[in-house]
Amino acid sequence: MKQIYREAGAAQSNGAEWAVEAYGLVKTFGDNRAVDGVNLNVRTGSIYGVLGPNGAGKTTTIRMLATLLRPDTGTARIFGHDVIKESQIVRQLIGVTGQYASVDEALSATENLIIFSRLLGLSRQEAKRKAEELLEEFGLTEAARRPLKNFSGGMRRRLDLAASLIAQPPLIFLDEPTTGLDPRTRSQMWDTIRRLVKTGSTVLLTTQYLEEADQLADRIAVIDYGRVIAEGTADELKMSVGTSSLHLRVQEAQDIAKARRLIEQVLKVPSGISSEAGEITAPMANADLVTDLLLALRSEGIPLSEMSVQKPTLDEVFLTITGHRAAGEGNGAAATDTAGSPAAATAYESRTGEGTTV
Amino acid sequence: MRSATIQPAAERKLKNYTSFTQTLRHSLTMAYRGLLKIRRTPEQLFDVTLQPILFTLMFTYIFGGAISGNVANYLPVIIPGILVQTVITTSIVTGVQLREDMDKGVFDRFKSLPIARIAPLAGALLADTIRYTIATVLTFVMGYIMGYRPAGGIEHVILAGIIVIGCSWAISWIFAFFGVIARTASSVQGISMIVLFPLTFLSNAFVPVETMPNWLQWFVKLNPISHLVTAVRDLANSGTAGWDLAISLIGAAVIVLIFAPITVRAYMRRT
Repeated sequence: MKQIYREAGAAQSNGAEWAVEAYGLVKTFGDNRAVDGVNLNVRTGSIYGVLGPNGAGKTTTIRMLATLLRPDTGTARIFGHDVIKESQIVRQLIGVTGQYASVDEALSATENLIIFSRLLGLSRQEAKRKAEELLEEFGLTEAARRPLKNFSGGMRRRLDLAASLIAQPPLIFLDEPTTGLDPRTRSQMWDTIRRLVKTGSTVLLTTQYLEEADQLADRIAVIDYGRVIAEGTADELKMSVGTSSLHLRVQEAQDIAKARRLIEQVLKVPSGISSEAGEITAPMANADLVTDLLLALRSEGIPLSEMSVQKPTLDEVFLTITGHRAAGEGNGAAATDTAGSPAAATAYESRTGEGTTV
Repeated sequence: MRSATIQPAAERKLKNYTSFTQTLRHSLTMAYRGLLKIRRTPEQLFDVTLQPILFTLMFTYIFGGAISGNVANYLPVIIPGILVQTVITTSIVTGVQLREDMDKGVFDRFKSLPIARIAPLAGALLADTIRYTIATVLTFVMGYIMGYRPAGGIEHVILAGIIVIGCSWAISWIFAFFGVIARTASSVQGISMIVLFPLTFLSNAFVPVETMPNWLQWFVKLNPISHLVTAVRDLANSGTAGWDLAISLIGAAVIVLIFAPITVRAYMRRT
């Protein structure tokens, strides 16, 4: 049965539809189950985000999909090719950019790219041209001859990504592509990733930043303790948490009580108030009723200073699904409140075991 | 990127194996990388420049009188001995550097590329033959300065040098294996020295075997280093090649046949 399924899958899709199909991936380090039965399906031509806190098993999952690590159990196919039995084929279809730069520190940027190009079968001339082309594209031409020791974090990441693109692989793994980058470099990296997908690449990226997944990914898998705990589009994930909410602010503070009464009458839901700013919030199921509410407020003579309708942030999604906030570093990109409780952070540390591999 | 779109996976011609010529090309590219690294960090060559000069001077003047009556008579004995000892000791560094190199992120990329699995190892080992060459040339030059005139002639001296470099390359696979399985670079150094120190000194490299006790003679005659030293002496001093040369070459081949596959295997298994 299983055999038939596999053959059928290979024949039908021939790897055209699914870039990644992983089923039941498990990897154990000692008694730490870093990855504990991960299923992933990534459609060709999409950006797929794997979102989770430090130590959730993101990197280990990517390493298994990229043939760098052999799964204990489970199967994974890249464009229909098994990562274990056809690993050499898989390697011809992927580009991998690690969390730490996987380039040669002792050499210059040009030398790095030429060596990788030569290894990928380009001739001396082609390799030279390719290196120049990529360096220009990633704005590294001026630094091309300097040894990498003097490169900034952002430059190193860019070179790393450039090296992954030499063979123009149809699938690119990006492991935390923007961790530790400043906001400007981060948004440059986002643009680059978006451009990649436009040319037909599929991108699978991991991130601990909720905003990053929200901004880039067509679909998101939320992963925690080595398991996928939620999967869907950003909107679906937000929806699964709850409806939108209405945020109101009135000009005169004495109108607050009156406004809240009106909200309860018109929307037929209880409202809340945030203490510090005097902002009234109310869950909103039917957007149409907002018109009625605004008319009622006008006829009562209550002037508004601010009104908005907000969907829940992915941070709230994460909080709802996992019961704890994502322990991001909050480099300005992650949504408002990502500071994990110290207790939760230590819990991750203690089960990570292998410092770098999660 | 650019305007060119990416060729879809299904339309690509893909093979699940690497051909021999590809393997060779990948290894040579990796060797080129090794040479670039040496050029960028020439301080790596400190040991191979200083050791031959220092050892040749020290051993010749300390032992010369005692063993051969005078320095001039000792030179044909000691230069081949020092040569083998120095160059083989140098091959330890290959294992140590491989360990350091493997801890860097770039090896992850090598693993994720569709290249022959042996290439990153074979390339690193191949690049290190430049180190052995430097040590070989310097030892012979030091000998020449001190008055060594090999009777076998320049062509046999060169041949002897090439054989020593080749055998050291073979032996470096042993240290590469230690390098791959060891956890730290310094432990590679430690293990390798423990293996190599007795091996090089319990040989005929510095003193005639006849002066040793019987039980030790038995080991010294068995020691592959002794055979290599004798082979070099035969070639350089009389231009002849005998059994010792054959044994050395066969031994080198056996080492590569055993250690190259298990090293690659261990390298693959490391995460």
